[in-house]
Amino acid sequence: MSDAMKTRSTFLPRFVVAAAIGAVLVYLSDANLNPYILSIIQFIGLNIILAVSLNVTNGFIGLFSLGHPAFMTIGGYVTAILVIPAERKAALLPDLPSFLAAQEWSFLPALVAGGSVAALVALIVGFPVLRLRGHYLAVATLGLIFIVQSFAVNMRGVTRGALGLSGLPELTNLWWVYLFCLVTIYVCWQLKHSSLGRTMLAIRENELAASCLGVKVARMRILSFVLGAFLAGIAGGLWVHLVTLISPSSFSFILAFQIVVMVVLGGTGSITGAVLVAVVLSVLTQLLRPVEEAANAFGASQMIVAFVVLIVLITRPKGLFGTAEPDLVGWLLRPFRKSKAA
Amino acid sequence: MNGAYLLSQIANGLILGSMYALIAIGFSMIYGIVRLINFAHGDIFTIGAFATLASIAVIQAPFPVVLAIVLVVGAAVGLLIERAAFRPMRGAPQVTGFIASLAVSIIIENLAVLTVSAQPRTFAVPAYLNQLVQFGTLSVRIIDIAIVALAIVLMIALVLFVRFTKTGIAMRATAENYDVARLMGININRMIGAAFAIGSALAAVAGLMWGTKYGQISPLMGVLPGLKAFVAAVIGGVGSITGAVLGGYVLGMAEVLFVGLLPPEFSGYRNAFVFGALILVLLVMPNGILGRSTEQRA
Repeated sequence: MSDAMKTRSTFLPRFVVAAAIGAVLVYLSDANLNPYILSIIQFIGLNIILAVSLNVTNGFIGLFSLGHPAFMTIGGYVTAILVIPAERKAALLPDLPSFLAAQEWSFLPALVAGGSVAALVALIVGFPVLRLRGHYLAVATLGLIFIVQSFAVNMRGVTRGALGLSGLPELTNLWWVYLFCLVTIYVCWQLKHSSLGRTMLAIRENELAASCLGVKVARMRILSFVLGAFLAGIAGGLWVHLVTLISPSSFSFILAFQIVVMVVLGGTGSITGAVLVAVVLSVLTQLLRPVEEAANAFGASQMIVAFVVLIVLITRPKGLFGTAEPDLVGWLLRPFRKSKAA
Repeated sequence: MNGAYLLSQIANGLILGSMYALIAIGFSMIYGIVRLINFAHGDIFTIGAFATLASIAVIQAPFPVVLAIVLVVGAAVGLLIERAAFRPMRGAPQVTGFIASLAVSIIIENLAVLTVSAQPRTFAVPAYLNQLVQFGTLSVRIIDIAIVALAIVLMIALVLFVRFTKTGIAMRATAENYDVARLMGININRMIGAAFAIGSALAAVAGLMWGTKYGQISPLMGVLPGLKAFVAAVIGGVGSITGAVLGGYVLGMAEVLFVGLLPPEFSGYRNAFVFGALILVLLVMPNGILGRSTEQRA
């Protein structure tokens, strides 16, 4: 059995078991932990969604995109506008077009709508932008963040301009974040180990060779970009209903850097790596925050993260795991197995 | 809309363009030699502005001395960054260097916030620089003339340096073909260092100009001008110094006229316009106005 098939066939049972254990943990923490800790766990989950989804674009197919915050902003606004109750909308956004003012969606369809609009924008923008490569693409997608930002600032009738939309309903909870974490990891894992994912990796490794073998390179690039944008849009919707606020500057390019760092440090293409680094980095930032506040040295944690990035880039240019998916469960269980054999 | 208004807008575009051009030159020189987009370039611009403030406030230096200090500080910071962050990862994929430069930029910005605080600071310039001069219907401040003149002098000096001095010729050879230049006995490390030093010094001077022109500086002021100068470098053709200059003036002029000539409700879309222009240029003429097609960008 080939390695790829093995990973695939052992994945589903393991995924179900892990998901079930996770669900129990979510249930327990939801019941026992205080809201502050819960919100931190939710941010960790959101970072996982963001890192794994960016990995589809940056890792699998090797398009260096920094555009995630742009898609999060779009997803966040769309979701927020759809779920805000009609009478509050009348007070908050009196100039809203009437077809939007009457909408009062429940959370899930609104999230999906937010993701879909982000995906649609990615599709439209993708056609011209994805013809670029390397850091030209990086800067163009970075520009996309500023373009979306200036639209959010200036379309006052829909977005309330620089003030942003505040007092959003607190809809996001641990279960929603957990659900979308599972969906993201499941979709991306199955994608990576399907023929579609192999095609993407082939494009990353050698685009000319891949297209000689009949791969539709342009189509695959757009597909991965759109999928990443869809998940980013959903993460944006979840994020703003966790902090109950969205403004044009909610998702800045600093965030783009942080997500890219998770992907690069974990190893471009490695889902396990992206998840692991997302968790470690989020926890690290949270642990450093009190230190930062005590020392009155705001920004120190960002500097530390940036230093770590430099050191990893110098010593391990391929990230922690490269494209591999290390068998963490097996590695954890190894001491037990050994004792059984003895 | 009258002639005088249009004229003053053009003057503003020329001033903004001078600053963009000076920053863009650094982008282009560094890219030309090491194929790296140095994201921290905008932060060197910030450092230049703060070096100006410090040398005016602390040692009350006269303006020419301030200029010299800023040039030296910019060059030193550029060399330091190259030595500490980029040299160890030379030869790595392009994207690695790009991320490294993002990391450097975040380190500098946070260091600046920590040491000088995020509060914007006002910039006191000597009174004679603020005097108005009348050219027919157009009235400009001395500082405006000084900015454009200084930028042009620096650019001419740079072009002469690159064209006629031994180091300049060696730098061009390195940009042309890295490996062959090394075989010819050119010290590559020195050439890369020179590109970083010169580019950074010019960006720092642009910071000085920005501070004196707009009167306010803050640790994060370099982010947007830095990105826009990159757009300028792309418009002109990355890797070409004259292209960077041309791109800087084209972008500065276009941005000012976009804001000045269109109805006010569009002026908020200024940044969208600049980055939209970037995407358009990359698609229509990926090598820019003066760039040569030496590699695949699109």
